[in-house]
Amino acid sequence: MPYTNKQLAGFYRSMLRIRICEEGFVEPINNREILCPVHLCSGEEAIATGVCSALQKDDYVFGNHRSHGHYLAKGGDLKAMIAEVFCRDTGCSRGRGGSMHLIDPSCGMLGSAPIVAGTISLALGAAMASWVRGSGQVAVSFFGDGATGEGVLYESLNFAALKTLPIIFICENNLYSTHLSIDEIRVSRNIYKIGLPFGEKSYRVDGNDVLRVHEQTTKAVELCRNGKGPVFIECLTYRQRGHVGPDDNVQGTHTDIRPANEIKKWMKKDPIKLFEKYLLSQAGFTSGDLKKIQHAVDDEVQEAFDFARMSPFPAQEDLTRHVFSN
Amino acid sequence: MSSQTRKLSYSLAINEAFHQLMERDESVMLIGQGVKSPWYVGNTALGLIPRFGERRIIDTPVSENAMTGAAVGAALAGMRTIVVHPRMDFMLYAIDPIINEAANWSYMNGGKLPVPIVIWGVINRGGEQGAQHSQALQAMFAHVPGLKVVMPATPYDAKGLMIAAVLDNNPVIFIDDRWLYNTEDVVPEEFYSIPIGKGIIRREGKDITVVAISYLVPEAVKAAEELALDGISVEIIDPRTVKPLDYDLIHQSLQKTGRLVVADGGWKTGGIAAEIAALAAEKSFSNLKAPVVRVALPDVPAPASRTLEEAYYPRSKDICSAIRKLLNR
Repeated sequence: MPYTNKQLAGFYRSMLRIRICEEGFVEPINNREILCPVHLCSGEEAIATGVCSALQKDDYVFGNHRSHGHYLAKGGDLKAMIAEVFCRDTGCSRGRGGSMHLIDPSCGMLGSAPIVAGTISLALGAAMASWVRGSGQVAVSFFGDGATGEGVLYESLNFAALKTLPIIFICENNLYSTHLSIDEIRVSRNIYKIGLPFGEKSYRVDGNDVLRVHEQTTKAVELCRNGKGPVFIECLTYRQRGHVGPDDNVQGTHTDIRPANEIKKWMKKDPIKLFEKYLLSQAGFTSGDLKKIQHAVDDEVQEAFDFARMSPFPAQEDLTRHVFSN
Repeated sequence: MSSQTRKLSYSLAINEAFHQLMERDESVMLIGQGVKSPWYVGNTALGLIPRFGERRIIDTPVSENAMTGAAVGAALAGMRTIVVHPRMDFMLYAIDPIINEAANWSYMNGGKLPVPIVIWGVINRGGEQGAQHSQALQAMFAHVPGLKVVMPATPYDAKGLMIAAVLDNNPVIFIDDRWLYNTEDVVPEEFYSIPIGKGIIRREGKDITVVAISYLVPEAVKAAEELALDGISVEIIDPRTVKPLDYDLIHQSLQKTGRLVVADGGWKTGGIAAEIAALAAEKSFSNLKAPVVRVALPDVPAPASRTLEEAYYPRSKDICSAIRKLLNR
């Protein structure tokens, strides 16, 4: 087996940490403790984990509106993230950003933003910076299937290929662009093929299989470090929660749009459940091993939520701070 | 030639700024459409590629959105980038990376990451180029928090403000005007910068204050010379930076003159001249002896035909007549 137990436990811990955070937000969103728009990534944890575990600390990542997972998997500080979603002064963006603006430059998480496709070109630029300096760093751009409707993606694919930049385009195809099914926004579901006419190495993987994602990304990273980037990877997945908030666009609620049998089918392919099965049946983990990890993560996340709730809001007299950097 | 007398054109002053910045700091890079082509950027990029290579000076595909975004992303990843738009009109394709991303990045991330980028837009008015090759969009950018906007009027300032803009840790919109490219001035060979947000008195006077921006500075000087023959004493203030604006300098002048003409080469409605007039009303009301007059572009797209262009662009005669009208002389 190519993985050590430590690595496998790390993947599990990373995915679980994301999931427990995401599900932990449901109650405070519903009781309006959290007001800022929150785009939960429950169901998509294998992508963030599989990709970021293939990167080094000084590699760059840019996210989007649904980036809690990217931030955590890349090593972003947990307490600072939860506090940011609660818009507190101790948040990673000091309460100026909210859930959609997560950043931790100390681990290469250079930011996330909800303008669809808006950070693709920023990741392109981070890859360009690495290329100019010859530093070998790789940049990853996380975006969704909805972003394939934006022209800047194609401009970026072209330039990345033209200069062989060390960038990995990760399309998290969860089959929905906010409320619209992918079939209502594209003539083809084969998103990975959009990289091909630009001469990019393009792949599609099961985005709910953390090991496949990790393996494909590891290969992509190696190509990029050897001057053979860029690489495009489409990861097939499914959004278990609404586009924004816990329930919006989820079957059974007032704004529902997705077929019940489709949701059911995908819940069976929950990436964490799949990985637990693998760990127990093929990797020699016991249920006790998994419980131990679960308890540790539960405690860590609980502590972070407590920290966020006890943290002060930004002071009104600081309204104008941080418009400019010194 | 001593550095006190060496003359340089506006465009070569910018070029010298680039050479000096790039030899001092390996993180400085220039990207944009046409950096290999004098047709686009004049001689501002002369000699850069042979000295610094095609990684730090990149002529790009026509992809303004992604290229500007890439410049922003490179700045976030530790470079000091200059991205050029050889016609400012093309910048409109890049409004998302400029406003949504670069301008907001510091604030919306709690000041965690600086954005040391210069977004350089060239106003290319005149020459029958029409509505999409002539626009002066400074007011649009000055409206946005998180952006600084500089508009140097002289070669000395062009070099000093480009250096200041590149050394600044924040997004700076550097706007120049092709009409100024051949103007010559004493430009020190030394590496120097001009503080962003500091205006300058171009000519002292006591009867009336003219705040003039970019190409209208030399036009205002011409107007002042002509009016001096009639005994009218005009004080000319060049803000050099339109945001943040050095209003204190204007206020001091109004305390002396009590009359204000603002000359800006952008559209009149919602423009820089309107902003300065509003500030005068807010902060210098008791000093004003007459209404503020704006000399600006009419609310009309740029025409092509030379006859219409002549009617469209304000010149020294328009500044002269505005002053005469205000003074009843």
